Amino acid sequence: MEKFTIHARAKATLSGKSANAITGVVASGNLEILFERKGDSLDVTVDVMTASHGYQPVWEAVIKDFVERVSPGGMHIAIHDNGARPDTVLLRLMQGARLMEAQS
Amino acid sequence: MIPENVMNEPSWYESSARARINGLLDADSFSEILGPVDRVMSPHLALFDLPPAFDDGMIIGRGSIDGRSVAVAAQEGQFMGGTFAEVSGAKLVGLLRAVARSAGTPQAVSTVFLLLDTGGVRLQEANAGEMAVSETIRAILDVRKAGVPVVALIGGRAGAFGGGGLVTACCSHIIISEQGRISVSGPEVIETNKGVEEFDSRDRALVWRVTGGRSRVLLGGADAYVKGDIASFRKSAAQVSNSVPSFSLQTLEQEQERLEQRLQAYGGCRDTPEIWTIAGLPTPDGIADLTEDEFIRLLAKEGIRHDAR
Amino acid sequence: MTDWTKQRKERARRLEEVASLVSGKVVQPASVTPLLERIICSGDRVCLEGDNQKQADFLAECLTQVDPSQVHDLHIVQSGLVLSEHLDLFRLGIARKLDFSYSGPQSSAIARALDQGKIELGAIHTYIELFARYFIDLTPNVALIAAVSADRNGNLYTGPNTEDTPTIVEATAYKNGIVIAQVNKIVDEVPRIDIPGDQVDFIVEAPKPFYVEPLFTRDPGAVTETQILMAMIALKGIYAEYRPRRLNHGIGFATAAIELLLPTYGEQLGLRGEVATHWALNPHPTLIPAIESGWVQQIHCFGSEVGMDRYMSARPDVYFIGHEGTLRSNRLLCQNAGLYACDMFIGSTLQIDLAGNSSTVTPDRIAGFGGAPNMGSDAHGRRHVSDAWLKAGHEAAGHDGPLVRGRKLVVQMVETFGEGMKPAFVEELDSIALARKLGMPLAPVMIFGDDVTHIVTEEGIANLLLCRDADEVEQAIRGVAGYTPVGLARDRAKVEALRQRGVIRRPEDLGIDLLQADRNLLAARSIRDLVTWSDGLYAPPSKFRNW
Repeated sequence: MEKFTIHARAKATLSGKSANAITGVVASGNLEILFERKGDSLDVTVDVMTASHGYQPVWEAVIKDFVERVSPGGMHIAIHDNGARPDTVLLRLMQGARLMEAQS
Repeated sequence: MIPENVMNEPSWYESSARARINGLLDADSFSEILGPVDRVMSPHLALFDLPPAFDDGMIIGRGSIDGRSVAVAAQEGQFMGGTFAEVSGAKLVGLLRAVARSAGTPQAVSTVFLLLDTGGVRLQEANAGEMAVSETIRAILDVRKAGVPVVALIGGRAGAFGGGGLVTACCSHIIISEQGRISVSGPEVIETNKGVEEFDSRDRALVWRVTGGRSRVLLGGADAYVKGDIASFRKSAAQVSNSVPSFSLQTLEQEQERLEQRLQAYGGCRDTPEIWTIAGLPTPDGIADLTEDEFIRLLAKEGIRHDAR
Repeated sequence: MTDWTKQRKERARRLEEVASLVSGKVVQPASVTPLLERIICSGDRVCLEGDNQKQADFLAECLTQVDPSQVHDLHIVQSGLVLSEHLDLFRLGIARKLDFSYSGPQSSAIARALDQGKIELGAIHTYIELFARYFIDLTPNVALIAAVSADRNGNLYTGPNTEDTPTIVEATAYKNGIVIAQVNKIVDEVPRIDIPGDQVDFIVEAPKPFYVEPLFTRDPGAVTETQILMAMIALKGIYAEYRPRRLNHGIGFATAAIELLLPTYGEQLGLRGEVATHWALNPHPTLIPAIESGWVQQIHCFGSEVGMDRYMSARPDVYFIGHEGTLRSNRLLCQNAGLYACDMFIGSTLQIDLAGNSSTVTPDRIAGFGGAPNMGSDAHGRRHVSDAWLKAGHEAAGHDGPLVRGRKLVVQMVETFGEGMKPAFVEELDSIALARKLGMPLAPVMIFGDDVTHIVTEEGIANLLLCRDADEVEQAIRGVAGYTPVGLARDRAKVEALRQRGVIRRPEDLGIDLLQADRNLLAARSIRDLVTWSDGLYAPPSKFRNW
């Protein structure tokens, strides 16, 4: 297991009212992502716990792209990964952001 | 363009445990207990270098179906095979005990739904898992004794095997789909212990002929058979009546007798088509290949001969 | 005086040798090994029929039992080296030299045997390339083939899996060779004559029906969201742009996803009747929904597929069906159709380099080529035109005109990371290292970069037709290589410039939202759904069932 935290700064906070949301499942080649809204700052923190070793630079690249695309300021994101590929990670991140943007 | 008989709705088999709960309950009615943000997770998996899940693969809470208050627990079959373990077991047992205790009070629920999807006990937490299974069984019986029905919904990828098969059989009502499977020893376990001649676990048609939804409901191991979409599960779940089948010594004695008769009639059979032949079902070899509508018509004609529920 | 009939005399001599072992053309199963020992001579070229689907497995087993001191140094010339018995021939010293096309499950064993010097490799061919050499310099002396049934005169019915048989028999029988067929049953009258009896010397009723591998069945239940996204990108960015009506699909999950999206997403795009109407294709079960929805007019098949026979028999307007009612497949003719009569090939691979060359070879696996290099190459002998073909040619040339010929669309679909997080994009193909190790003068390349027109990944489309030099090709490929080391090393400015020119098109450039890629878009989400679509006519093998 490898654990690390990635910090990023978004251009804007994520809209929507959901306090938290979870997407995905810790299955083989998959991951679960928990989004929690932590105030109005533009900071984004991502705690990654992954079963695959040695991919931190790839995670950093994926999360950089995600933050650029979605601007999820104020989000604390926690990930349990069981060997998901980057495309799956990005897809789940986008799905999670969509859930957080829900208005109720 | 997709024909009516090809399911185009969200499927129970494919969905996550959370999606099943959302489809089963009235919209936005689910209120989770010990949800992901509480981070009540397995303390053991890290020892095995395995990632945990925020909910340990067991999602519990309250909600409503058609406005009636219900309790619900769902296993995530894709996480560690939906296994019974220390935390997931404690969550389930706690929910059941709370339901039993609240029976007759303003907090009472009308029904408990168990969305089981499990290969049995989690090997990494085997002792705790075995205890969780037995505590769950005890708790289910207490809930039933308190007059609250416990309904199992079986149609997930992992089926209901090992302790999950036992837990299912203790429920007061079982709803199953074609993909659903219920058994104690799983196909691989039988093959490992008794040889491939006894049971070829890779012969998937055989596995489903023996453990699958159609066979289970025809033999009385389930009370309702539904198509595999979430909406059909919801519809069937909503129809489960509030009245609880009696749960007495007499019921169990009658059931024992029924099972003895069943063993006498079918005990020598090697495969289900032999059973269907003796039972006089039309096209005994083709039960698995009937369309869903054809099978549901057959079932309506045959009626359900159910177990102690 | 030159003797011009040496081969004929040799054939007669061999037939005479086995006269005591046969009754007419019929050989008893127990007599097959002694018969092979007398009728095959050391050094012979032998075709032991086997391809990616059907196998003359009983004859293969008998051949492994011949005495290697009597029969040795055989030269095996066959399309598929698939059974363990095929490798045993080399291990036991019965065979020495090999010319083949495809190895599939034996790909690791072949690599090992080559490494240990057990096999003297002639060449790895494509199917039609090997068939072509059957008529030039690799003509079999003896062909051991498989059919469903035979009559006592040796007329053969091959059933839906005709595949290579007519080609093998043509080359062998008309060049003084000997043809021996294993059949599932000897009957009074065959339902249809696929091989005339005068081309067949001996028949044997095998103890078990010949083996057929269900190679083309893709379970819709295993199609991922990423593959659905790629299928949407391909449908909108390639099918809708070029409108190829005549095509071949590979056997990967991404192309299966396309097949399953035709009746849903393809319908939304208004493409029914406009694309994918005529096919050179094995009987893919995942195409059933599109066929049932009226997308497909005609399909010619290389071979058959386990479980599809009854469905195809009931759809004679679509498939090629004998007058007796079952599929007639033919690998040679269908490969030729794929080469010359199709406007598009779309398939997957394991590795792609920076020039677009692709290969399925890894350091310890030689899977062979099969048909992909022919499906996935521009036929320079093509002279008829179609809109799709011309559009591709004009894009490549940068202009049109009476002397600008078209191009076949050759599309590679790959997920940027394969199994075990192995990147699909590499600086150098593993096959080059393998060629160095084995001293091969030409590295095994499935499809050369100069034939590839588009690469589709979950990151988008790289249109190589629009690239004007090697550097543009490289950056276009890096641009869709995602988070692989090759992708991360892209020149961001150049990639952005290529995107402005439409050389690279991202999902959002095509108006596709990542989150639209949902399994509910699939016309069938399970094998069970395919059975329902087929009206119960498709009978999948047990290993694909979950009911």
